[in-house]
Amino acid sequence: MHTDYLVRMANDIGSFFASEPDPSVAAESIRQHIHRFWDPRMRARIVEYFKETGGVELEGPVRAAIQRLAEETAAKA
Amino acid sequence: MHALDYIDPGTPAAPESEAARPVTVEIDGFSVTVPEGTSIMRAASMLGNQIPKLCATSSLKAFGSCRLCLVEIEGRKGYPASCTTTVADGMKIRTQSDKLGQLRHNVLELYLSDHPSEAECAASNNRCELHEMAAAAGVTESRYSLPRVDGVPAGCNHQHSVKDDSNPYFVFNQDACIVCSRCVRACDEIQGTFALTIEGRGFGSKVSASQSEPFLESECVSCGACVEACPTTALTEKSVLALGKPDRTVITTCAYCGVGCTFKAEVKGEQVIRMVPDREGHANHGHACVKGRFAYGYATHKDRITKPMIRAKITDPWREVSWDEAVNYAASEFKRIQAQYGRDAVGGITSSRCTNEETFLVQKLVRAAFGNNNVDTCARVCHSPTGYGLKHTLGESAGTQEFDSVMHADVIMLIGANPTEGHPVFASQMKRRLRQGAKLIIVDPRQISLVRTPHIQADYHLQLRPGTNVALMNSIAHVVVTEGYARGEYVTGRCEQDSWNKWKAFVSDPKNSPEAMEAVTGVPAMAVRGAARMYASAPNGAIYYGLGVTEHSQGTTMVMAIANLAMATGNLGRIGVGVNPLRGQNNVQGSCDMGSFPHEFSGYRHVSDDAVRALFESAWNVPLQSEPGLRIPNMFEAALDGSFRALYIQGEDIAQSDPNTQHVTAALSAMECIVIQDLFLNETAKFAHVFFPGSSFLEKNGTFTNAERRIGRVRKVMQPLGGLEDWEATVRFANALGYPMNYTHPSQIMDEIAALTPTFAGVTYEKLDELGSIQWPCNQHAPEGTPTMHIGEFVRGKGKFFVTEYVPTREKTTSRFPLLLTTGRILTQYNVGAQTRRTHNVVWHDEDRLEIHPHDADVRGILDGDWVGIASRAGETVLRAQVTERVQPGVVYTTFHFPESGANVVTTDNSDWATNCPEYKVTAVQVVKVNQPSEWQKRYRELTERNTRIRRGSDVHA
Ligand code: SF4
Ligand code: SF4
Ligand code: FES
Repeated sequence: MHTDYLVRMANDIGSFFASEPDPSVAAESIRQHIHRFWDPRMRARIVEYFKETGGVELEGPVRAAIQRLAEETAAKA
Repeated sequence: MHALDYIDPGTPAAPESEAARPVTVEIDGFSVTVPEGTSIMRAASMLGNQIPKLCATSSLKAFGSCRLCLVEIEGRKGYPASCTTTVADGMKIRTQSDKLGQLRHNVLELYLSDHPSEAECAASNNRCELHEMAAAAGVTESRYSLPRVDGVPAGCNHQHSVKDDSNPYFVFNQDACIVCSRCVRACDEIQGTFALTIEGRGFGSKVSASQSEPFLESECVSCGACVEACPTTALTEKSVLALGKPDRTVITTCAYCGVGCTFKAEVKGEQVIRMVPDREGHANHGHACVKGRFAYGYATHKDRITKPMIRAKITDPWREVSWDEAVNYAASEFKRIQAQYGRDAVGGITSSRCTNEETFLVQKLVRAAFGNNNVDTCARVCHSPTGYGLKHTLGESAGTQEFDSVMHADVIMLIGANPTEGHPVFASQMKRRLRQGAKLIIVDPRQISLVRTPHIQADYHLQLRPGTNVALMNSIAHVVVTEGYARGEYVTGRCEQDSWNKWKAFVSDPKNSPEAMEAVTGVPAMAVRGAARMYASAPNGAIYYGLGVTEHSQGTTMVMAIANLAMATGNLGRIGVGVNPLRGQNNVQGSCDMGSFPHEFSGYRHVSDDAVRALFESAWNVPLQSEPGLRIPNMFEAALDGSFRALYIQGEDIAQSDPNTQHVTAALSAMECIVIQDLFLNETAKFAHVFFPGSSFLEKNGTFTNAERRIGRVRKVMQPLGGLEDWEATVRFANALGYPMNYTHPSQIMDEIAALTPTFAGVTYEKLDELGSIQWPCNQHAPEGTPTMHIGEFVRGKGKFFVTEYVPTREKTTSRFPLLLTTGRILTQYNVGAQTRRTHNVVWHDEDRLEIHPHDADVRGILDGDWVGIASRAGETVLRAQVTERVQPGVVYTTFHFPESGANVVTTDNSDWATNCPEYKVTAVQVVKVNQPSEWQKRYRELTERNTRIRRGSDVHA
């Protein structure tokens, strides 16, 4: 799955939570959304991308959200 | 003429009101009690006494012109007309006497003197009330008939006038017209188009469409209301003329738009003679539009594919095979692909054009037999943001009202919807309310016809730039909150206080004021303020919206913004208000309810919910996955990366309906097994390996759920041309995959849905037969269903406000792509057009055109009718231009009913943040004059030729 596509989708989700003043609340909301609506292969791919690049193209709290997703996946493994 | 089995009480029921007293009268010695305001004619009909009549019919206000319905009332002078005279306590009425007989005789003789003979009327296969009345009164000859010379009446008459057969579905034969005005009044009162008038006076008076034009060229929208209202053979369906009289009636539900009209299919043998909207239909009350009433011919069109087919490669010709061979081939391919690429490499797509039962079965097949959650539905590309937005704010993924609620609305706000084209029967009802004086606010980039139409003028048309809905809605909310229109008490009692405080602070911010947002939306701040005040101060403010709200990158945000506004103004939880999504296709609501989304089971319950999953696991006897599956656009991405290889598509045409066609077709081409179940070899079938012949709504049993959550029965009229109803094919597919399904009738599927879905718990086919239709939730708390939701409390408990920051779409105009393209629909065509293009509806719309403002056309040297190239970042296509001021400068518009137009070659894969609903409504484009088709169109033609060849088999058995 193209990372561009996933990154763009993640950033789109982030844009809805941009007005949330507390970045950790925003990051958690984004993580939850992705957790509830993305199929596992998509989540695995974006986590992989995050590990490879540090999530350079992820905007604002989206990066923290994906980091949480990565931690969650690691904890499960 | 009205339906075969309808007994016409002559005038409408008295307006319902709590104050209406019961009134008792005596008619020909029998006593009857009726609500105050009832006509004598209707009261008599309740006693089984049909008073002769011609100008009266129950769907229209009494008119009193024919003077056939005269009665005598004790103590009153003269002979009042029973249609226009209402009952009064103690009245003693006589409907028969020598004098009345004489008067009626005379009236009938006059009419008959200038009317075709009984035999001539009978030859049209239609009924003629005039001859029926005459026969009942024993009138066989007319003293006023002109003497005949060579069989032709000598003197002034209307016989042998020119017939108007311009409309493809009905004829107007002036010879048989008795100028009772029933057609004119039907067009005014029922349809609201005001296309007909009585032109001239006295002997010269005649029915005329627009300015004496043929029906086809007039303003007529071919709804057929006049044809049904006509008491004689003057207006007759061509199908009745051609095919003869029907002999039985089957009550069913229209398979086109989300209004979900109830119809009586009048049938002879297995042939539909005509469709008559059911006066008992709760969604349509006896009205219909040109699609539902007339455009059903596709069901028996020669293009129907009625034999299963398979092929190894998409470039091979199709080979006709038996059902068994097709099903077994599909099953073996799906098993092979899962063994090779993993369980999650396959999936399914359900359709809003199929029944609830069929949809439920496909998602069950995916979850239980494929063993994954890769199921999605076409609502993904239309109303998925409605589901998400309303669930999160109010607690239920559905509209809040019934259609009839609009008759109690004082201010109607219509956002991004064009009901006269997309939801015509509801539009007629809305227009009726508007003519009664309700106010209208339209939010739309285009000048839709409701902005100004006979007897209706919108109070505000907020003509915003495409893509700025949320900005506009925030500025409306700003006015509501900062000018003190919010209903604090309502909000405090019913909503989450925290969320309210946060939202209030957000919308009050000056950055959201109409003045600040004017530069973004292009809407004058004063108009925004005026409209906001009008909506917020109405006793009942109702919001209706369509795909102009959802099909944006901020579709979900906008749905939430609408719900926020309705909560803040207290406009939820009673009749006359609400948030009402107008669903595009007939079963959008149903397909969503049935668990077609990859993350949830029927009734909108997430697959990760252990208790819910356990319920389904025990009913289905198989372990189920707790992780969400792929959405349609994700499936395309996964297909391109090789992790998704097989797809079962029931009743959808994603290659035409989904955005960025070239991307979609690349993904489809990358798959190894696509199974299509459809009526026709559609666009997607060009990329398919297995074809299951689909069954039309006339060929199966089931239910549809319309935009007001109303579940209505679909009843079989004829045997499926392909041998199986759609659900039967799914059952066979499941069994071939090794997952047993044993249904023998869709009612058993509904029983399973009811057992597994709390909002459907009380739904059975028996109850549907008894009540006609049911609005879910239907359970022990609401055994007969729920017309209005959120009464007293929101479904989620407390309503929740969401902060809805405006985020501009990334689809920006530039010097390369300076115009914004937006897309929409037209009355006579439906969705991808597969059905309506195969009917006479093409006489109104036989190609998609690009609407462009005269200014934009002028600077490009484009004239009306010129071929123009439309290029976006995604692709390029060619259409003919229609130069019109309906669109604003800088905006162009088209429809997507014809595949060769390639409207979706141009749309991009930008999508809604929450649901991936595509941003169909905003694409930056350039438009230039051209003289040849686009490269895509040339390739399209080649592909059509190559990928649709069929090698017919002679010895194929089912
Ligand atoms: S078909 Fe409908 S729109 Fe046309 S004239 Fe008759 S009532 Fe009016
Ligand atoms: S298309 Fe819609 S409005 Fe027209 S008859 Fe069918 S359900 Fe009714
Ligand atoms: S039916 Fe009453 S006047 Fe015509």
